[in-house]
Amino acid sequence: MLARLRQPWTDRQATWRLGAVACLVLLLITLMVVFVTVRAWPMLRANGWVSWLGPGGSVDDQLGRMIKTGQDPPDAAYHLRAWPLVYGTLLTTGVSVLIGLVFSVFSAIFIVEFAPARVRAVVVPAVRLLAAVPSVIYGLVGILVLAPFVGNHLISPGRKTSVQNVVQLDGTGVLVAIVVLTVMIVPIMIAIVVDALRAIPPAWTEGAAALGANRWETIWTVGVRAARPAIVAAAVLACARALGEAVALSMVSGSRGFSPNPVDGVTYLFEPIRPLAASMVENVDAMNAPAVKSSIYAFALLLLLSSLALSIGGYLAKLPLRRQGLRV
Amino acid sequence: MAATAYEAPPPPPSAPPRPAPRRDAVRTWKWSHRLAFGTCWACGIALGLVCAAIVVYMGVRGVQYLNPRLLFTRPQPGLAQSTTGGILDPIVGTVILTIIGIAIAVPLAVVAAVWVVEYGRPAPLARAVESGIEVVAGTPDIVIAIFGLAIFQLPILAPVSFTASGGGVFGRSFLAAGSMMSLIALPLVFGAVREGLTAIPAHVREASWALGKTRVCTIREILLPQVRHNVATGAALGMGRIVGDTAVVVVLLGATLQIERQGSVPILGDLRGTGSTLTSYVYNASPAGEGNAPQKAYAAAFVLLLIVLFLNFAVDLLGRRRKETRA
Amino acid sequence: MSAHERVADPFLDDTLPSLPPPRRRVRLDRTPVPVAAPGDAAAAGARRRQRGPGGPERMRLERLSVLYGSHRAVKDVSLPIHAGEALALIGPSGCGKTTLLRTLNRLTETTAGATREGRVLLDGTDVEQLEVTALRRRVAMVFQQPNPFPMSIFDNVAYAIRVQNRKTPRRRDLEPRVVDALRRAGLYDEVADDLDRPALRLSGGQQQRLCIARAIATRPEVLLMDEPCSALDPRSTAVIEELIGELRRELAVVIVTHNLAQAHRIGDKVAFMYLGDLVEYGEAEQVFVDPRAERTRDYVAGAFG
Repeated sequence: MLARLRQPWTDRQATWRLGAVACLVLLLITLMVVFVTVRAWPMLRANGWVSWLGPGGSVDDQLGRMIKTGQDPPDAAYHLRAWPLVYGTLLTTGVSVLIGLVFSVFSAIFIVEFAPARVRAVVVPAVRLLAAVPSVIYGLVGILVLAPFVGNHLISPGRKTSVQNVVQLDGTGVLVAIVVLTVMIVPIMIAIVVDALRAIPPAWTEGAAALGANRWETIWTVGVRAARPAIVAAAVLACARALGEAVALSMVSGSRGFSPNPVDGVTYLFEPIRPLAASMVENVDAMNAPAVKSSIYAFALLLLLSSLALSIGGYLAKLPLRRQGLRV
Repeated sequence: MAATAYEAPPPPPSAPPRPAPRRDAVRTWKWSHRLAFGTCWACGIALGLVCAAIVVYMGVRGVQYLNPRLLFTRPQPGLAQSTTGGILDPIVGTVILTIIGIAIAVPLAVVAAVWVVEYGRPAPLARAVESGIEVVAGTPDIVIAIFGLAIFQLPILAPVSFTASGGGVFGRSFLAAGSMMSLIALPLVFGAVREGLTAIPAHVREASWALGKTRVCTIREILLPQVRHNVATGAALGMGRIVGDTAVVVVLLGATLQIERQGSVPILGDLRGTGSTLTSYVYNASPAGEGNAPQKAYAAAFVLLLIVLFLNFAVDLLGRRRKETRA
Repeated sequence: MSAHERVADPFLDDTLPSLPPPRRRVRLDRTPVPVAAPGDAAAAGARRRQRGPGGPERMRLERLSVLYGSHRAVKDVSLPIHAGEALALIGPSGCGKTTLLRTLNRLTETTAGATREGRVLLDGTDVEQLEVTALRRRVAMVFQQPNPFPMSIFDNVAYAIRVQNRKTPRRRDLEPRVVDALRRAGLYDEVADDLDRPALRLSGGQQQRLCIARAIATRPEVLLMDEPCSALDPRSTAVIEELIGELRRELAVVIVTHNLAQAHRIGDKVAFMYLGDLVEYGEAEQVFVDPRAERTRDYVAGAFG
């Protein structure tokens, strides 16, 4: 067969062979969705399709119990209420993307419009560099520098004793997780928004200047407006990255399936959480137990569906912008 | 001095040429605009400070703890930091994974990109392939890792890793992890090659077809050599992503400190075996993992950072060289 | 077939009778076409519109020179600009007329390396003493390529008003001013049904009229136009020229054009520039019919361009 492949190909042969390889990629994706769904099926079936996302008991205890069940667990062993994990994911992702988006837009405006040339020449490569740094390094700095700082200097001993029956406040928690995640997603967003702001047709900026708008007004009312598709794309990309961030968050988020209560006040910021992806990474060793395996696949399915929903949402968000004549 | 038909008034003493005042003064703006201006500056300065802090801190710690001897010593399990050995195996593990990942991703991505750009019939299928690759690009790496576990624990793929005594396929090995790493690098190489191919103007292809060459021949002899550096750029980007990825390694590589061979065949046995990479080593050596060797973690992280910087620099260099040869 | 039997070939055989050449009836049109003598402004003048009313002097250039690095784009130009009339700047490409126009509202400052000598006065004040945003509110500009912002029609016209007010005005207050500006620009009837339509959906001529409406919404004193019709079809051009005729009654209009016929149609005063020098300035009739400078005579006659 190799000899037959080595002879000069005709166009028709090439179409088929190359197309087959290209479709292999499609096959892989469908396989991915199918496999994950099939493995997650037992858990979803036993728990009801969506009620496993709700609250109800300590998710860590439930996972622990799953580990102890044997190879053929009854349906009751699959019981899981993963709300703390979902809550942790929504909290970290939502807040990080929001803060990161605002910070990125202002930083991008600074880089494109207000920065002196020398400052720009230093900041732009620095941002590109930060975008390439692996997430485990952010996690390392978070757990070796930020968490001890928060734990020793920002959390008073009184606060620690006040909640020590429920959780341990050691610095890792909501605050450090959000800070680390924001720092991770900001460089990518800045890069995308800066590219978009630089690509604005000069006719618009000149027209705005000729009408008497000052530099801030020009870049805000015309530039940022014209860059809205890019801002949407940056937000979607950052959301996807934040959702799927497993390792750095497992290092700095406290690793407890706990739902922090906003009523607690400032202590809320220091309480531990554990987002979905981090939970998956930490429970990988326990996957010999079928109940745990099924739960983890259910988490994977949820993440997969979320990133699909994000892509579709981003596409839909850009449709009205296309109507206005912006290049999306 | 031109002959003008308009009688100018007695000319005032003309001022020396001066650069026209460049910008509108911020002090004349509304307060809300001045606030926004200040916020922009604050964000810019904060950005610079954070960048500097991370780079400087990692540099300082890395230089402090990185001993060149560590690069050549194998890691050992140990309680005290002085007995935990070096980081040779993680470095080798990183290199092996990168090679496997790129070796699988680049041909697949090039073929897919060539098919999508040059053939692409039926059109809905081409769009589906492109969307599919975008879906892969957007999938979290932990989901790809779990998917890899699902695939490689199938009995049919037992030769890729090994079968435990209870009959279950272990599913974790260099080959398994490398294959999933290729999925992570695939969208980057695909995007770069597709960009390169669409940038080649139509008349190049038409000239070749007009001379009677088949499409395949045109691709092989004319188009592919021209996108060689796009492939290199994509591969460098992909390598950067592979080197920095931790989730796939943690799930699919078995987390043994040293490279453990499976079976007796020399190289194939290593590939079927388990090991660690720099990223999983950092994760394990940090307080979040099993070991508690922050100094070794810093050293390994520093080496990792240097590798990523080098790859970034290579991508920049390739991009700049292309601009020079084009212009 | 024997050798002496040949197939009759009409091209090679002389013995065949030749066909007569084909005849076509050609009809000559004998009606004489009047040839206009160069500079026959009387015939062209009949098509000219009415003159503007004239008015006080709004801006004055005193020995203005603009340099890009070491290259002098505008050399020692002195000109008045009066309200109530349209000043047409003509000249071949590269003569500095666009640079001159852009200096009037200090847009040349956005180009790096631009320096200036001489003065530009707006109502007696040197424009450099004014805040540049304040200057641009009184001296508005319309560009060659229509450049409406990616917003609705209403937002486009209201842009200048919003920008120039300390407190953001409410939509209720903006609406009459927007409608008035659109009416004065001659666009209101065509877009009245939906002012929130995206502006980029309009045709080229409509977009340019929208840009004019946007520029005049705040009632500037001077309107600068940089070849506003060069990207448009003749019909839109005619509409905009008529518009300029209306606008010049209230404002001072300075229009740069490379189309001599257009300058003749709408200009009250004409300034001819060549390679940065102001060669001639005067009434439109005088410059086109009886120019003083030799170079003007050549340019108007079409000897170069």
